[in-house]
Amino acid sequence: MSYIIAEHLCKSFGSGATAVHAVSDLSFRIAPGEFVAIMGESGAGKSTLLGVLGAMNAPSSGRLQVDGIDVYALGQDRLADFRREYLGFVFQSFHLVPYLTVIENVMLPLAVSPKSGTEKRRLAAEALAQVGLAGKAKRLPGEISGGEKERVAVARAIVNEPPVLLADEPTGNLDSGNSREIMRMFQRLNDSGMTVIMVTHSAECAGYAERILQLSDGRLTADRRTAEAPLRGAA
Amino acid sequence: MTLKLISLRNLMRRKTKAAFILAGLVMAVATVVGIITYVQATRHDIAHKLEQYGANILIVPKTENLTLSYGGLSMGGVSFDLEEIKESELTRLAAIPNHKNIAAVGPMVLGVASVEGRRMLLAGVDFKAAAILKPWWHVAGRLPQDDEVLLGAEAARVLNLDTGQRLSVNGRSLVVSGRLALTGSQDDQLAFLTLAAAQQLFAKAGRISMVEVAALCKDCPIEDMVRQISAALPGAKVMAIQQVVKSRMEALAQFQRFSYGISGVILFIGGLVVLVTMMGSVRERTQEIGIFRAVGFRRTHILQIVFLEAGIISALAGILGYGVGWASAAAALAFLGDAHSGHVPFAPGLAAGAVALAMALGLIASVYPAQMGARMDPNEALRSL
Repeated sequence: MSYIIAEHLCKSFGSGATAVHAVSDLSFRIAPGEFVAIMGESGAGKSTLLGVLGAMNAPSSGRLQVDGIDVYALGQDRLADFRREYLGFVFQSFHLVPYLTVIENVMLPLAVSPKSGTEKRRLAAEALAQVGLAGKAKRLPGEISGGEKERVAVARAIVNEPPVLLADEPTGNLDSGNSREIMRMFQRLNDSGMTVIMVTHSAECAGYAERILQLSDGRLTADRRTAEAPLRGAA
Repeated sequence: MTLKLISLRNLMRRKTKAAFILAGLVMAVATVVGIITYVQATRHDIAHKLEQYGANILIVPKTENLTLSYGGLSMGGVSFDLEEIKESELTRLAAIPNHKNIAAVGPMVLGVASVEGRRMLLAGVDFKAAAILKPWWHVAGRLPQDDEVLLGAEAARVLNLDTGQRLSVNGRSLVVSGRLALTGSQDDQLAFLTLAAAQQLFAKAGRISMVEVAALCKDCPIEDMVRQISAALPGAKVMAIQQVVKSRMEALAQFQRFSYGISGVILFIGGLVVLVTMMGSVRERTQEIGIFRAVGFRRTHILQIVFLEAGIISALAGILGYGVGWASAAAALAFLGDAHSGHVPFAPGLAAGAVALAMALGLIASVYPAQMGARMDPNEALRSL
């Protein structure tokens, strides 16, 4: 059974002769618990596709279904709820809110939840512990390193325990040591059953995925399953 | 973690912008509060002066005769004894709807008598009421008893009499108990006796020539009082002495209208300051709003964050605006002098109104920026990251 079904997804910017087709007729299915890497050159449409999959960028045509839900048939409020309940985002530039502490940044997706303050704090502390930052909860983002910021971003993405984690170049701003650490973290999350979809330039990072979607000029040029993800389980 | 915390933290982080919005709102609210406080205090002051002014309603007998005097010059005989009012009728004044606004009722008996061989006007008055009705009186000596007389300044000069000396009134010997300092009014020409002594002297027991009334009309139109007294005393003619007060009130009303116009302009400018600053703040936070939307905040949550920020600043501006406006009004009243006591009381209603006004202004001016933030496309916001 497929968890994510993309059917003939197209996304164009502009119109007429000047229209740019960022994504053209993409169809694929992703099963629950898969670890998928989306690869391609700059301008291939990777981030646009991630935006479409992330319920933030409505396709010009085509349909996206997640867990049986026709995502873009939802109204604005339900779409926001869908993002909160189903998706976790990790951005390349961390995108932490600078005036909130580390734990408050992690609690951000819980801000509009009816959970009690104590419960929110407990969940955020657990997420922080999962990424190894329990001791830096009260720091501001400006007071921690780049690798730590990325881990805070991961903690924020998983605090709601969403079934799908979307990551856009999660290691783009990190050194190799921190990159490996983040990828191992994704691997652990995937092992626990979370579907991971990651946009990356890095073949090394893609090596952690079970499946690679190769894009070129907005088209799917390859959809290959790595028989055994070469770097999975690598220390 | 709540939306309120996000708003508070953002305000703390963007102190300069918050201070700018606060200043704009404080200026607008303080102007309105200052003007209202000033106008209210001045109104109160005028009302207070009205009380000091003494008699402001005159009750005289109805007569068909026309007055034969102008500017103090008499062109014919004075007909004081043609018509009179019964003293007992004055009790009806206590029954008029606005009787609580009556501060003093001063019945007066007027008559011409031979004093030391000269014909002059004598007035019998209630000296207790006169203390309220004629606050400008300064007596050298003391107020008269039954066999005594108080001389107006001009009368004392003409008769060449001073306190303690005796004089003959219609053949009756009376002692001068005191003399009035110059008032510049007709009182200077008169000799004053107690009401009972004058009624006895002119054989007018139970009758009076005229009545002076001091009405406190801060909360009631004096015309209403005149109408009520006229209805109570149908045989009398009731007149309001109100030209001075009326012209002052009209000037104040004009100032009030002008000031409200200025306040409107300042409120508009204050609103623009909030609008422009909030728009700048929302634009500056495109990235943050993108993150909020990406993690699942609804549009209404973004609206709430912006309105919470505007609400917090506005409430603070309302409190500060009231304080600044109140202090400005007190300073203006003290500076402009005008014999005002300088005391401007705390007005809880106005303070609540100031907070409500600031909240309304701040929130209304934030509607567009808040909508702008809420309408922000999360993908566009993310692309700006």
